[in-house]
Amino acid sequence: MNPAIRTENLTFAYKDKSVLNGVSLSVERGEMVGVLGPNGSGKTTLLKIFSGVLRGQGEVKLNGRSIETYGKRELSRVFAMVPQESQVLFPYTVAEIVLMGRASYHSPLALEGKRDLEVARASLELTDSLPFSDRYLHELSGGEKQRVIIARALAQEPQILLLDEPSAFLDLKHQVQVFQIIRRLNRERGLTIVAALHDLNLAALFFPRLVMLRDGRIYRDGSPREVLTEKTIDEVYGIRVRVEKDPSGEKPQLFICPSP
Amino acid sequence: MAVKVLDRRKMIWVNGLLLALLVLSIVGCTLLGPVRLDLSQALQNIFSANPDAEILFRARLPRVLLGVAIGGGMAACGVVLQALLRNPLACPQMIGVSGGASLGGILGLIFFPHWLLPIAGGLLGEISWVPLAAFLGALLSMVLIYRFSLFHGRLHPYHLLLSGVIFNAFIGAVIIFLNSIVDFYQAQGLLFWLMGSLSTRAYLTVGFIWAYIVLGFLWLWTKGLSLNLITLGEEAAMQLGVETGALQRQIFVASSLMIGAMVSVSGMIGFVGLMIPHVMRLVVGSDHRLLLPASFLAGGIFLCWADTLARILLTPAELPVGIITAFFGGPFFIFLLYRDGAKKLAL
Repeated sequence: MNPAIRTENLTFAYKDKSVLNGVSLSVERGEMVGVLGPNGSGKTTLLKIFSGVLRGQGEVKLNGRSIETYGKRELSRVFAMVPQESQVLFPYTVAEIVLMGRASYHSPLALEGKRDLEVARASLELTDSLPFSDRYLHELSGGEKQRVIIARALAQEPQILLLDEPSAFLDLKHQVQVFQIIRRLNRERGLTIVAALHDLNLAALFFPRLVMLRDGRIYRDGSPREVLTEKTIDEVYGIRVRVEKDPSGEKPQLFICPSP
Repeated sequence: MAVKVLDRRKMIWVNGLLLALLVLSIVGCTLLGPVRLDLSQALQNIFSANPDAEILFRARLPRVLLGVAIGGGMAACGVVLQALLRNPLACPQMIGVSGGASLGGILGLIFFPHWLLPIAGGLLGEISWVPLAAFLGALLSMVLIYRFSLFHGRLHPYHLLLSGVIFNAFIGAVIIFLNSIVDFYQAQGLLFWLMGSLSTRAYLTVGFIWAYIVLGFLWLWTKGLSLNLITLGEEAAMQLGVETGALQRQIFVASSLMIGAMVSVSGMIGFVGLMIPHVMRLVVGSDHRLLLPASFLAGGIFLCWADTLARILLTPAELPVGIITAFFGGPFFIFLLYRDGAKKLAL
């Protein structure tokens, strides 16, 4: 079976500033992959190329087929994206926002059908957002908002869920909540997940596979224990850390040791 | 717990109600005027020499119909421009096309004020060159602004907004310059044309504008769903399946053509295109599949009544309709904003 995503020597540059310098990555169906790396290492760019916002040089294949052959409508049924933060220009209710995830399933001239409503409702339930489906998105707290955006992504019935630092603006409780929802979706529904992440400790706790980017290249790719070592962190981020085990004894956790 | 969304019943209910109000407004506004009419007299002898019928069908009805088309068109363009430019302050007067149309019309008024263009060899009457010059101005400015705002094959909303505003400011200076070098009598005429008016007696012009506006509106309406998505931002819209580049180009060209045509025949009638979209968003919600037709109908109703007030308030004199739209529309909008603005506007 073809991998869900396969890139071969993928490069990308904004004008003359190169961001990706040959990324070859393969993600199998049902995998849960965290992409790590400092600011400007190319995490977000990689996700934008997958979701069709940017076009890179080199090969990107989805289910064995080149991404170039996908239209935006079809692509939005393969990938769904959860950004760091979402802003709406005009007042939309939560239900309306989630139903927008169904746009590529019904005719642009039609209203949503019965199945669209069912999927939207199920997505709201999966993210525990059904109780506020009638409220306006801009009235919600950051954590509630992000759950609604995940629900919209689920309403797209994607094969692959992309998340770009989904918990960047959330407090600790809501960060953990978002990661638990993602993990549940991966385990119970077999959804493939690729997330760009900043918090290395949370990444280690929730993601079985981590990919560390540095200067637009893959620097390490493997389990948290293989990727999150004192040496790698020093080489990639340029800071000294101590790596210990979490209380369960399975996952590495980082302790920052600032130079005095 | 059911998920509440836009359904067919709400679509039919809201649009049906507004359509009925629009028809009533057309009838009502045609009957209202400074001269009292004997309606039975007017309807009995339509084809004989009949001053009542003359006023009703030659003076008032074409003007009311023009007002409905302009009001509806301005409101619909306001809705799509606010979404396209990602700016709740966007309005048809803002995108530069209106300035280009004004300049074209002014040049027409200065250089060939009395030329007439016969339609179908004169069989269908003659129309003035002034609106044609204005429309030409609108087309030229549309091409210019399009070129200015196109980067890497996409229209950037902020470039579009800025180049439109700056283009209009520049054109405004040119118009004031022209206004100061022509003689006093001409300057008066230019000013009057610029203020905007719906007075017309030509069913031909009204017919053209109606066809143009209705077709333009229907085409914009087919983009309703995509317009919903583009208000989430360009990237989000792409990720939800919208070909955003094509959408932005098409919306800009379609609304520019509509605005160019409207300014050409009626000058700059402000406020409808800014206010009606916001009012309707508060009333029917932000889903463009409903918001667009509802704003179109409401804009028609609003301008129809505003122009009627302009005709009768200072009988026998006439007020510029733009004054009425701002005078009554402004406070009403502030009232709605005050009542449920915080909750219903994404502020």
